[in-house]
Amino acid sequence: MKPERLIQLAHGAGGRAMQSLIRDLFLNHFQNPHLEPLSDAAVLSPISGGRPALTTDGFVVDPPIFPGGDLGHLSICGTVNDLAVAGARPREITWALILEEGCPIDLVERCVISAAKAAREAGVSIVAGDTKVVPRGRGDRIFIVSAGLGIVPEGRDTGDHRLSTGDLLILSGPPGDHAAAIMAARHGLAPGSLVSDCAPVNGLVEALFEDKVDVHTMHDPTRGGLTAVLNEMAFRSGLALRIHESDVSINPAASTVFELLGLDFLSMASEGRILLALPSSHAERAIRCLRSHPLGRDASVIGEVLGPHQDRAPVTIKNAYGVERVLDLLSGSDLPRIC
Amino acid sequence: MNTTDLYHDSRVVRSLVDQIHKASRGLPRSITIMEVCGTHTHAIARAGLRHLMPEEIRLISGPGCPVCVTPVSFLDRALVLGRRPSTRLATFGDLYRVPSSSLSLETAHAEGIQVDIVYSPRDCMKLARENPDELIIFLAVGFETTAPTIAALLVEADQSNLSNLMILPGNKIMPPPLRTLSEDPDLQVDGFLLPGHVSVVIGAAAYAFLPDEYEKFSAIVGFTPADILRGVLEIVKQVKDETPCVRNLYERVVSDGGNRNALALMDRVFHPCDAEWRGLGVIPGSGLTLREPFAHRNAERIDVDMPPAREPAGCRCGDILKGTLDPPGCPLFGKECHPDNPVGACMVSSEGSCSAWYRHEKRSL
Repeated sequence: MKPERLIQLAHGAGGRAMQSLIRDLFLNHFQNPHLEPLSDAAVLSPISGGRPALTTDGFVVDPPIFPGGDLGHLSICGTVNDLAVAGARPREITWALILEEGCPIDLVERCVISAAKAAREAGVSIVAGDTKVVPRGRGDRIFIVSAGLGIVPEGRDTGDHRLSTGDLLILSGPPGDHAAAIMAARHGLAPGSLVSDCAPVNGLVEALFEDKVDVHTMHDPTRGGLTAVLNEMAFRSGLALRIHESDVSINPAASTVFELLGLDFLSMASEGRILLALPSSHAERAIRCLRSHPLGRDASVIGEVLGPHQDRAPVTIKNAYGVERVLDLLSGSDLPRIC
Repeated sequence: MNTTDLYHDSRVVRSLVDQIHKASRGLPRSITIMEVCGTHTHAIARAGLRHLMPEEIRLISGPGCPVCVTPVSFLDRALVLGRRPSTRLATFGDLYRVPSSSLSLETAHAEGIQVDIVYSPRDCMKLARENPDELIIFLAVGFETTAPTIAALLVEADQSNLSNLMILPGNKIMPPPLRTLSEDPDLQVDGFLLPGHVSVVIGAAAYAFLPDEYEKFSAIVGFTPADILRGVLEIVKQVKDETPCVRNLYERVVSDGGNRNALALMDRVFHPCDAEWRGLGVIPGSGLTLREPFAHRNAERIDVDMPPAREPAGCRCGDILKGTLDPPGCPLFGKECHPDNPVGACMVSSEGSCSAWYRHEKRSL
């Protein structure tokens, strides 16, 4: 058996080892004309047609490989999705690796290949990168930091100031599959059919705009899940929101994982879902459009936007028994419970 | 539809609520029902069951959150131990944010104390093996639900000759506080919703003293809304018929005699001791400490200087744990004390009465 190839400090030292990593791995898989000169900065083509949108994100998930994806895949989807829900068409991405000495090179390679694949799927180019290696014990195998550039076409605005009383809230699919897949991998639970929902949603978003759906606002419920996104929307807009528990369908396998670990699915991350608010007159068209797309097959209306709020807890959830309760932000992380 | 779905089914829930309303009409007086399990507290608040009750029925929470009943002095000791060199604390997540007299484990961790959150006590075996130069101290809290797995951990550690693993014993058992609550003249509890998980281990027969000695009405129930409502309906019926008993409604997992293996394991490792409960004071025979053959794993025996324990000023966790005060009755509730800045333990764990109330009840502050 061949010994496992490991990342060494030399891979980040600027010498031959680093050059070989860049040429054999990054250039080979990310190939595009902006990256190939390997200059200090990628000089892009002139941009027209709208306002530039810029985002940045860090990815530190443990474990780096999980059912349905890995950190490389996630890093591109996460960046693309942040641009997409801002109404932008994602274009270029930068991608920096912080590797821990001793990290298997196979893991790095796997993440590079998945990132390249996700970039092709989303129609974006990885145009600049960086590699740093930290001594063993000072990192956790692989961290990825990205930035993404997109263009918001003329006339698009998905800011929360557009949220209006009477708008309906639509979720593109069951929430929390990503978190459930990560938790299952982390705790050695057999996930069965469970896979992360991690996917670039820009195609889904573009389909909505092509269908002339008047999207008022749009978010991707990542960290903190639906609970966090709904509360942010309510605070930014000054409007109260209400969702209906029985209208939020959840994947049974994910539900089992959360129940087993004592976690609330409403606060669990998705990486391939969108939550949008739109006038009720556009809801039917939006649902039809979403459901005709593979990433939106289970889209449904889950709630509505109410009037202005004075309450410090502006988001509520009504359950199937008719009781309405507050849907409050988590304090700290959602800690596992004893019983 | 599987069994769990059935217990969540809104038609089943609505039908049970109807039956409770009908049955309550003939009640001679209002009744108070206490749940003594944190997961019940959480489930009742999350499903909003209090709002579905007729006015004759009051649901209150008792000392069922294991973290909440853990006295401040336990955490103080944990932190002092954690500050010793080459020491790593391991804890259930619930305990992580609970304030001690000074810091919480969370803030202490940021200051450099090594604290690992584990899901299962058994994870400590791995921690001990991976960190052979450190002493791993597991903060052993919980009721009869966690005690058998902690006992199993210590037996396994002995069998593996793992010398760098100890526990700080803080486990408690449920029957003694049920006696204390039944005897409390300030607290008029008619019936108890008995804890499902604890009952799996100790069995339904362990509560026989409730009807026999105190004429209390009770039902052992599971954790779905329908499970809990079945229990309420059962207690209403017992009150009307004046037939106090322990009715096992969690018969799909709870037997009369409990889990004999788990009980034997607990008995091999632990013996009962007097223990302090936040809010209830010292209750004879309500705690578990290590038997002599396992005494070398008792971190309480490590000689340390302990600062005097300080309960947070103004905090009414004690009264809330006894069920004599609802959370909004505490002057700190929702003001100085909220989930982002918990003053008392009841605001930390999602099983804590204050946290459950704060999170789920509709309110304007």
